[in-house]
Amino acid sequence: MRTAASLVLPLILVGGGAFWFLSAPSYVDAAKLAAVGPGDAQRGMSVFGQGGCASCHAAPGAKGDARLVLAGGVNLVTPFGTFVTPNISPSKQGIGGWSFEDLANAMLKGTSPDGQNLYPAFPYTSYARMQLQDIADLYAYLKTLPPTDNVAGPHKLGFPFNIRRGLGLWKRLYLSPEPVLTIADASDAIKRGQYLVEGPGHCGECHTPRNPIGGLDNSQWLAGAKAPEGKGVIPNITGGDGGIDSWSEKDIAYALESGFTPDFDSLGGSMADVVLNMAHVEPADREAIAAYLKAIPAHPNGYPAATK
Amino acid sequence: MNRLFSLAAAPLFAAAVFASSANADPIKDRQALMKDQGKTLGSITPIIKDEKPFDAELVMAALKHLNEDAQKIDIATLFPDGSDKGGETTAAPKIWEDKAGFEAALTKYKADATAAAAANPKDLESFKVVFNQVTENCGACHKSFRIKKD
Repeated sequence: MRTAASLVLPLILVGGGAFWFLSAPSYVDAAKLAAVGPGDAQRGMSVFGQGGCASCHAAPGAKGDARLVLAGGVNLVTPFGTFVTPNISPSKQGIGGWSFEDLANAMLKGTSPDGQNLYPAFPYTSYARMQLQDIADLYAYLKTLPPTDNVAGPHKLGFPFNIRRGLGLWKRLYLSPEPVLTIADASDAIKRGQYLVEGPGHCGECHTPRNPIGGLDNSQWLAGAKAPEGKGVIPNITGGDGGIDSWSEKDIAYALESGFTPDFDSLGGSMADVVLNMAHVEPADREAIAAYLKAIPAHPNGYPAATK
Repeated sequence: MNRLFSLAAAPLFAAAVFASSANADPIKDRQALMKDQGKTLGSITPIIKDEKPFDAELVMAALKHLNEDAQKIDIATLFPDGSDKGGETTAAPKIWEDKAGFEAALTKYKADATAAAAANPKDLESFKVVFNQVTENCGACHKSFRIKKD
């Protein structure tokens, strides 16, 4: 009996210590943060559109200028539980007290100012690929938006997803600033498109299928997936079977700008908001996204075929 | 007796077929109506994209046709209860869960389509304003009330 305890106890201590060490939140290198120039709010407005911040952080159903009041409170109902998006307006209830460093650590490392792991419903797994200057510009722009004291409320998650510390292990597996694809002989437009799609645009978060613990399956990058919340599917946007091979680059850029597909259907679901966001993005950037999407490997649909 | 019955029943039977054929398949009917609106917009979008010159006559004909189609969207006949199933449909369950919201979105679209048909734009700039006002309804409605299915 005594020997059993003397064997098990150190195991628990070592295991617990290893968990604590491996699940610790990480931070952006302070020297890199210090080297960033001052943010440009005007440029930050474009970054705000690229990142689609308003899609989740504007109040549910907000339209027009109300989409700039980042009150939060949108419920994301997922298989892991319900995530309630926070207030990120420049107020006490929002992120008015955050420094640029705080925003950079949240977006690039998924770490909050009080040292907690953020949930990846906030797509920092994509934002991790963003340039620090873009975050600085975004920070400057967010400061110009109207404050609100809306209290968005807590997430509604069951065990074990309610243990934030455990996310540290998940982040070790799925958080990386490296590009998803390596594209040989990429033009400048394709490179820019790659940055926008894989980084701020966070297209893969919905268009790429996930494994059972919520990690993206990058071997089926942008092949379409079951909708991360609610019913239905998110379309395949590669050139593979079921995808958008028949669309020209112009078709893709116009769909992002106007919401109209080449056969004059209109984009719906959460993509309707993406179109509103994309209206604030430079035309050349929409064309760059199109160039990238035409350059990526084709995959068949990343979701199971309908059972009839 | 048998013959008498069939003679008497024939008109009734025909009437029944006619009544049901008017609304035999709400899923197909509403899809045809949606497709026609897409086609109509497709005829004038090259002008918006600066691929074709502005043509007031073509634009007016299209906006009028779009308005006619818009007014034909009738919830009772095209989106009756139970028509969320029974065929390949991408109508979202929310249409029936939030009938008031769906009706409000539709009412707005109909009003905007009527205004567009009456606007009579005389140049590209004014046409763009009219076009954007009416087509913002497409995305706004599809955002909540349509889902893509596998």
